[in-house]
Amino acid sequence: MSIIRYEQIQGKSLGFYALVAGLGAFILAALGGVYFMEHNGHWVTGMNNRIVWGLPHVFALFLIVAASGALNIASIASVFGKKIYKPLSRLSGLVALALLAGGLMILVLDLGRPDRLIVAMTEYNFKSVFAWNIILYNGFFVIVAVYLWMMFERRLNKFSAKVGLIAFIWRLALTTGTGSIFGLLVARHTYDAMIMAPKFVVMSFSFGLAFFILVLMSSYQWSNRPLGDVIVNRLRNLLGVFVAATMYFVMVFHIGNIYLAENNTVAMLLFDIDSIYTKLFWYGQIILGGLIPMALIYHPMFKGNRSAIGLASLLVLVGGIIQMYVLIVGGQAYPMELFPGKEVLEGYGTIVIYTPTLPELMLGLGGVAVAIIAITYLVKFLPFLPESLADEVADPHHQK
Amino acid sequence: MKKLNRREFIKGSATSTIGVATIASGISLTTFAAQPKETNPVTNEKRWGMLIDTNQLTEENIDDMVDACQQEQGWGGEEHSTGHQQAGWIKKLKVRDTTTGRISNLALMCQHCEEPPCVDVCPTNASMKREDGIVLVDKHLCIGCRYCMMACPYDARSFVHEDLTNQKEHMPRGKGTVESCTMCVHKVDKGEQPACVASVDSDAVIFGDLYDSSSKINQTLKKIQSTQIRADLNLNTAVRYSGV
Repeated sequence: MSIIRYEQIQGKSLGFYALVAGLGAFILAALGGVYFMEHNGHWVTGMNNRIVWGLPHVFALFLIVAASGALNIASIASVFGKKIYKPLSRLSGLVALALLAGGLMILVLDLGRPDRLIVAMTEYNFKSVFAWNIILYNGFFVIVAVYLWMMFERRLNKFSAKVGLIAFIWRLALTTGTGSIFGLLVARHTYDAMIMAPKFVVMSFSFGLAFFILVLMSSYQWSNRPLGDVIVNRLRNLLGVFVAATMYFVMVFHIGNIYLAENNTVAMLLFDIDSIYTKLFWYGQIILGGLIPMALIYHPMFKGNRSAIGLASLLVLVGGIIQMYVLIVGGQAYPMELFPGKEVLEGYGTIVIYTPTLPELMLGLGGVAVAIIAITYLVKFLPFLPESLADEVADPHHQK
Repeated sequence: MKKLNRREFIKGSATSTIGVATIASGISLTTFAAQPKETNPVTNEKRWGMLIDTNQLTEENIDDMVDACQQEQGWGGEEHSTGHQQAGWIKKLKVRDTTTGRISNLALMCQHCEEPPCVDVCPTNASMKREDGIVLVDKHLCIGCRYCMMACPYDARSFVHEDLTNQKEHMPRGKGTVESCTMCVHKVDKGEQPACVASVDSDAVIFGDLYDSSSKINQTLKKIQSTQIRADLNLNTAVRYSGV
């Protein structure tokens, strides 16, 4: 393998400024939405006392889960010693940090009292899974920043494998913690299952990689740098495995719910044909976000087709957001089983309708924009991207 | 004896007045401090609880309980909040047994669990349980994350969705924070009954110290069959029901 040379992108083209301006507009719209929601109170949103976490949480948790997954590429190189992924490690760390920043921004700005962030930083209840997550998120920033430093600084390169291992363990803890936010909610049959934790880990592999592939392909395309098939095909195959694994975990989770009579309300999520959540599950999560990407990845017709890989990654992301929506909003919409063997006629028990509002959507999209703008700017100012990822550069055993 | 002129008299009496006043105020301060407080400190020797007998409780009773709670705590007049956004510290439920068709009406509010999931999940310790078992939200620590609402098995908590005016002095509520039944802690600490309990003039709702073997609630619970909602969760609720 030849020596990898990293170089900043020029970032002077019209396209670059157009991208930054477009993302800036989204961020401004998000901030406007936040001002509107916080000034008036949450009554202007679609959220209520039954659907307490709405669209902003869908985006926030999606980005946080994707963040830890995006770090996988670096982990595969430094922890599992796969040299071909090494040139991608810096970008992997950057995408991870950017996604986490975007997700946390949404999470904080959707609080009832975002001005009290300092309280969340100073008052810890160590029994709270949320408090664990605050530590895990902050720790992730520090560890990945150190990891990047080890990768950037030639003298410190020798430590990057060790720090990479810590980062890998930390990211597993982080996604386990995020999944446990739901998995440990004993009161709700729609969540209460610790399979949520490994399910979130596998989801993170899939969402994070899909986002990484899109960032990689578009940045190489737009900066006119060579990106060979060897790397792209590797990533494509990996994505296929992760999408399949995610669907497997979803299936196992739901088999449990269908089989256990006590969880019949959860199974309604799958078979209640009138429900929006059922439609989103089958058409959005399973078909759009699972089966179609799998076809685009594995069908011989699309072999070597970059657009198909890009589309597959995009659909994994769209499907992932829908999956989070079904999980978070759908999981709250169905009533809890307060009186087993009894039916609640009045006062509680209906399926709640949640209609997201524009400010909520803008906040969610603003988080995505923050992640992308951070990546866009940092690849301009620091050498994250190898000058070339052509096959002869990237693959040590490449035969011409 | 030396005869005092007017100036010396004023000087002398002023000095002694200041001296006496200083000493007296000092004495009175220590005296006040030594006096026992009006209320007893909150200890875990008590556990406040409630028993709701659905056989006796009429639908009117439940409406009265909801009204009394709203009057006392000042919720329910939110201008903009609609549907499920409206506060609901206590609500009326009608429940039917799917096999026998028997119908029960009951009031559902915070169950003041001994092991409250809301307190476990709260990242900032805003959700807390007093020594005497009353579960409360510290409105100064609540950041409005709503995780407690996700964790509550009884859908007992409300989020304040808008700015509020004309609040009750004893019950400050704030936009962007979470709230729920306080078991009328401000009344209980003065030896009174919670507003909802006081609004029912029968024994359909009994309030008292669950630990005190001479209390009516303790004695009744020893005699009759009662249940906890979601007893399977092992939360050991302070609100018990009979006849459900």
